[in-house]
Amino acid sequence: MSGSYRLGDIELESRLIIGTGKYSSFEENRRALDASGAEMVTIAVRRVNLRERGAGSLLDHIPPDRFRLLPNTAGCFTVKEAVTTAQLGRELLGTPLVKLEVIGDKQTLFPDTTATLEAARILVEEEFCVLPYISDDPVACQQLEQIGCAAVMPLAAPIGSGLGIRNPINIRIILESVEVPVIVDAGVGTASDAAIAMELGCTAVLMNTGIAAAKDPIKMAHAMRLAVEAGRLAYEAGRMPRRLYAQASSPEESLIEVR
Amino acid sequence: MQFELNGEVTRVQGPLNLSTLLERFELQKRRVAVAVNEMVVPRSRFELYEIHEGDRIEVIQAVGGG
Repeated sequence: MSGSYRLGDIELESRLIIGTGKYSSFEENRRALDASGAEMVTIAVRRVNLRERGAGSLLDHIPPDRFRLLPNTAGCFTVKEAVTTAQLGRELLGTPLVKLEVIGDKQTLFPDTTATLEAARILVEEEFCVLPYISDDPVACQQLEQIGCAAVMPLAAPIGSGLGIRNPINIRIILESVEVPVIVDAGVGTASDAAIAMELGCTAVLMNTGIAAAKDPIKMAHAMRLAVEAGRLAYEAGRMPRRLYAQASSPEESLIEVR
Repeated sequence: MQFELNGEVTRVQGPLNLSTLLERFELQKRRVAVAVNEMVVPRSRFELYEIHEGDRIEVIQAVGGG
């Protein structure tokens, strides 16, 4: 579809990035991934369970040679946790990409902006390609761009909430405030939400629960693919101006007369 | 010798390097990454890294996440 885009040195076609959490099985996850057409998937890093080592590995189903893996720092509450987790993700998956999350509050999972900025500074210094999850805060997004992040990823609504694009105005202001790609990360609940994000002009949309928690995740993954493509095309096409009153679509002259 | 492995106190007799530790847990062929005292140890250095008393070792893998 409509052209590729870059995140740091990486070129991508699909404007849908999906998560790998909350699926009922690795197989379902892979089928949803295939239906979504996504090239990039987020991955979490966690301790190996030393007592139950028999379980299969996510990477057997999502092979790193077929998909771009984007390790995250989900669940980190401090700069140090996020930096160490990012370093482990890079060592594990051999990628400079990191989805930086430094959470500030357990209930809302809103980011700790100060800590995110500090962690981003350290990781950019260490030559990571940093994609930070952040509030829909234009100033924070500008600061992250200045630090050298490869994109900014404002939330549309709380992680896993499915509440949709709660503040399209801020997303628009962010789009006007930065030159790096803007990726809506978190909050998308259904296809129309993804289309709205793309119609606003976002480069891509990142989602997990919107697909994984649908009744039929594979069908929803397909719906999200179409919505992201449709939204992007509509953005490129440029929508008509909104009008308060009607404007006839058919000619108003040469109508027949009936007596 | 006593050290922490993924948050659990672990005791072993005699010297042990990271490579041997992973073998003991049948993890040598698994795709894992290791940090000791919050410093990542590259896979190429597992054999060279001798575990010290009190080390805090994290062995991580890829799991599903958003």
